[in-house]
Amino acid sequence: MRAFAHLLDRLAFTASRNAKLRLVRDFLRDTADPDRGWALAALTGTLSFSAAKPAAIRKAVEARMDPVLFGWSYDYVGDLAETVALVWPAQPGANREPELSEVVEALRTATRAEVQPLIERWLDALDPDGRWALLKLLTGGLRVGVSARLARQACADLGGVTVGEIEEVWHALAPPYEDLFAWLEGRSEAPSADNPGRFRPVMLAQPIDEAVDFARLDPAGYAAEWKWDGIRVQAVRERGEARLYTRTGDDISHTFPDVLAAMTFEGALDGELLVMRDGRVAPFGDLQQRLNRKTVDAKLLTAFPAAIRAYDLLLDGEEDLRALSFTERRKRLESFVLAANSPRIDLSPLQPFESWDALAALRAAPPEGDPRIAEGLMLKRLDSLYEAGRPKGPWFKWKRDPHLIDAVLMYAQRGHGRRSSFYSDFTFGVWREDANGDQALTPVGKAYFGFTDEELKQLDRFVRDNTIDRFGPVRSVTANRDFGLVLEVAFEGLQRSTRHKSGVAMRFPRISRIRWDKPAREADELATLERMLD
Amino acid sequence: MLKPEALLHPTPAGLYCPPGDFHIDPVRPVARAVITHGHADHARAGHGHVAATPQTLDIMATRYGEAFAGAVRPLAYGETIARDGVEITLVPAGHVLGSAQVVVRWKGMTVVVSGDYKRRRDPTCPAFEPVPCDVFVTEATFGLPVFRHPDAADEVARLLKSLDQFPERTHLVGAYALGKAQRVIALLREAGHDRTIHVHGAMEGLNALYARHGVDLGPLASATEAQGDLAGEIVICPPSALGDRWSRRFADPVSAFCSGWMRVRARARQRGVELPLVISDHADWDELTDTLAELSPGEVWITHGREEALLRWCALRNQPARALALVGYEEEDED
Ligand SMILES: [Zn+2]
Repeated sequence: MRAFAHLLDRLAFTASRNAKLRLVRDFLRDTADPDRGWALAALTGTLSFSAAKPAAIRKAVEARMDPVLFGWSYDYVGDLAETVALVWPAQPGANREPELSEVVEALRTATRAEVQPLIERWLDALDPDGRWALLKLLTGGLRVGVSARLARQACADLGGVTVGEIEEVWHALAPPYEDLFAWLEGRSEAPSADNPGRFRPVMLAQPIDEAVDFARLDPAGYAAEWKWDGIRVQAVRERGEARLYTRTGDDISHTFPDVLAAMTFEGALDGELLVMRDGRVAPFGDLQQRLNRKTVDAKLLTAFPAAIRAYDLLLDGEEDLRALSFTERRKRLESFVLAANSPRIDLSPLQPFESWDALAALRAAPPEGDPRIAEGLMLKRLDSLYEAGRPKGPWFKWKRDPHLIDAVLMYAQRGHGRRSSFYSDFTFGVWREDANGDQALTPVGKAYFGFTDEELKQLDRFVRDNTIDRFGPVRSVTANRDFGLVLEVAFEGLQRSTRHKSGVAMRFPRISRIRWDKPAREADELATLERMLD
Repeated sequence: MLKPEALLHPTPAGLYCPPGDFHIDPVRPVARAVITHGHADHARAGHGHVAATPQTLDIMATRYGEAFAGAVRPLAYGETIARDGVEITLVPAGHVLGSAQVVVRWKGMTVVVSGDYKRRRDPTCPAFEPVPCDVFVTEATFGLPVFRHPDAADEVARLLKSLDQFPERTHLVGAYALGKAQRVIALLREAGHDRTIHVHGAMEGLNALYARHGVDLGPLASATEAQGDLAGEIVICPPSALGDRWSRRFADPVSAFCSGWMRVRARARQRGVELPLVISDHADWDELTDTLAELSPGEVWITHGREEALLRWCALRNQPARALALVGYEEEDED
């Protein structure tokens, strides 16, 4: 438990993905079975408890200490689990620190009445870090910024295999994953992936470099199709087991019962999950209404009907097609979709083209209909096999040019790790008329990339030289009609948002240029953004 | 019955002893001062006469120059001086090099002004000595039950583990220049880290002073003058230098911060540190309350910090206590 607690503690303060990977990999390497397996389950969200009720824990701590002192402590710390972890007045006697596996095993067999005394005994035995980890685990929210995908990548790093290989077997595995570690440590063969309805690691595209790639690529060797603005999914049904996965292998079947019901085929489709009405694609914002929902009701299903636009076929019946060429798979896909004969499954059409120039013209002015809200184009080499990961060469994505606006820098926050001495997270705003009829800035987004190291230094200097206020790691800088730094911000899309004061939310904002030359008063107005709404 | 306030009471300049005519840790220039330890908020320049341990006097001379006071009276631990019937003895407080509690005796009454103190082992100074007393004057910097410092050796082990895991990155450790920095270096040495430790220029003078007083810190070098980006090395600097432009010379630094405040995640997050290390030279909640329980003095006086919770604790145990609400003492860990 101590090692796991230290890992969580360290992860909670680590921002860099690479550093997180190393922390998780080292932990998995240095911790014994079965504890590391349970830890992996906790990190990937496979293991979750709701054994401990926060109210019961609070009651237990108040039975042991002065409630007034507890109240002041809670006011100061602001987080119940952390407060309890720190103030817990341990009763001496018990007390050997429980291992993670002991906690898991005990909770599996404990009756409801036994749980609370168990937890109290563990809290007695652990130090504050251990208590924090335990309480976070038991109340079901580790929140240390580790995705299941990152945890699987750390497994891959441990074993010197690709994350695709891990994903291929992942759904046939169960905690505490002893067979997985035996394989990763070279003590046994790879675990069998034979698990009906399992996920197959997906093939990803490289962004195209217009300046270099078109000169060397032969347009006759590539198929083009629109890049739909939904989420990439894999729809599998094998021996009656139907599952819907995200591109990282997260099972989202329960969120999309409408799509699952339409999956009457036997096979594995690769496609885009979209909200579709009468065969027409709805904007991404509609799909967002369906994502991350714990429960789905009939109203939601009717208002936002989901469907799959298929663009590849990995499995046809029991036949694995991944070693076939794109052309062959495409032929099989067309008859597969036809046979499926469902209004919720359609085919992503190929877009014929003569030359790269002709395709560029199409991309700039997409034809009437769904392509108008596509993100851009996909290019797939006709002879490409279906390779997991992001191989260089066979597939490219060619996004539409982003939206651009000129905004004014309002706040800056210090970064993490390599950037901890730089102000590197920038909040920017645009002009809007306030209640008095004056032009005032309203924040519309935050960006922390898009600039070069040299530009970062310049931005940092600007922030330090023009700070007017600071609160914690955040500084606000001079930004008014007469003085302010204008940033050209690029973003992919814009949606209405009730959570943002400005009423709009940007997708993938980044700083594309620093407009040292542009007066702040000439930055864009909110009305300009509102016209760009998807 | 003699009231302790007749011997010692708070004034705007700090705690004052009328029968002996001296102040303890005065925050303004006074004629006669007894100084508990060398931290700037306790040891100020400009007093007439100053009595303190030789180490504290040396620290003051290093910080303010030789002419920091009109006259000085070095007072070794355990040595007693008397003035107008008031006896003063300094005993170790365990806070930093030279730190002392001031034991004041007069007409059979004993008041102990503990200054800043801790009860943990510290390789750079002798341990706190409990002295039975009628009044115990305590600080309460970490006077809330959430402050429970772990074993400092465990925290240093976390630093060394990180150095092992991230050998391509500089480990930049923010630590208060007097006391904390040297303690962390000494703990690193005890843990077997014998490489050269690089230090910020602001702490070189104090490190040399510690060495003169017999605290072996091992091989040290200036971080500012070092060649290269010090990847895989430990660099100790004042906390304020962590987010400073100065830190950019190093290799993708892991910023660590040694402070009792790091116990609370929100505080650590606010500082933007990647490796918070809970190492403090102040008593934590358990040390404060254990000390009060151990001494069980007639009265507890609380000088500064979070007196509210400590008063509450005293009230629940029928321990007479009052808050002096002295001003001018910053929480030095804050830096
Ligand atoms: Zn101090």
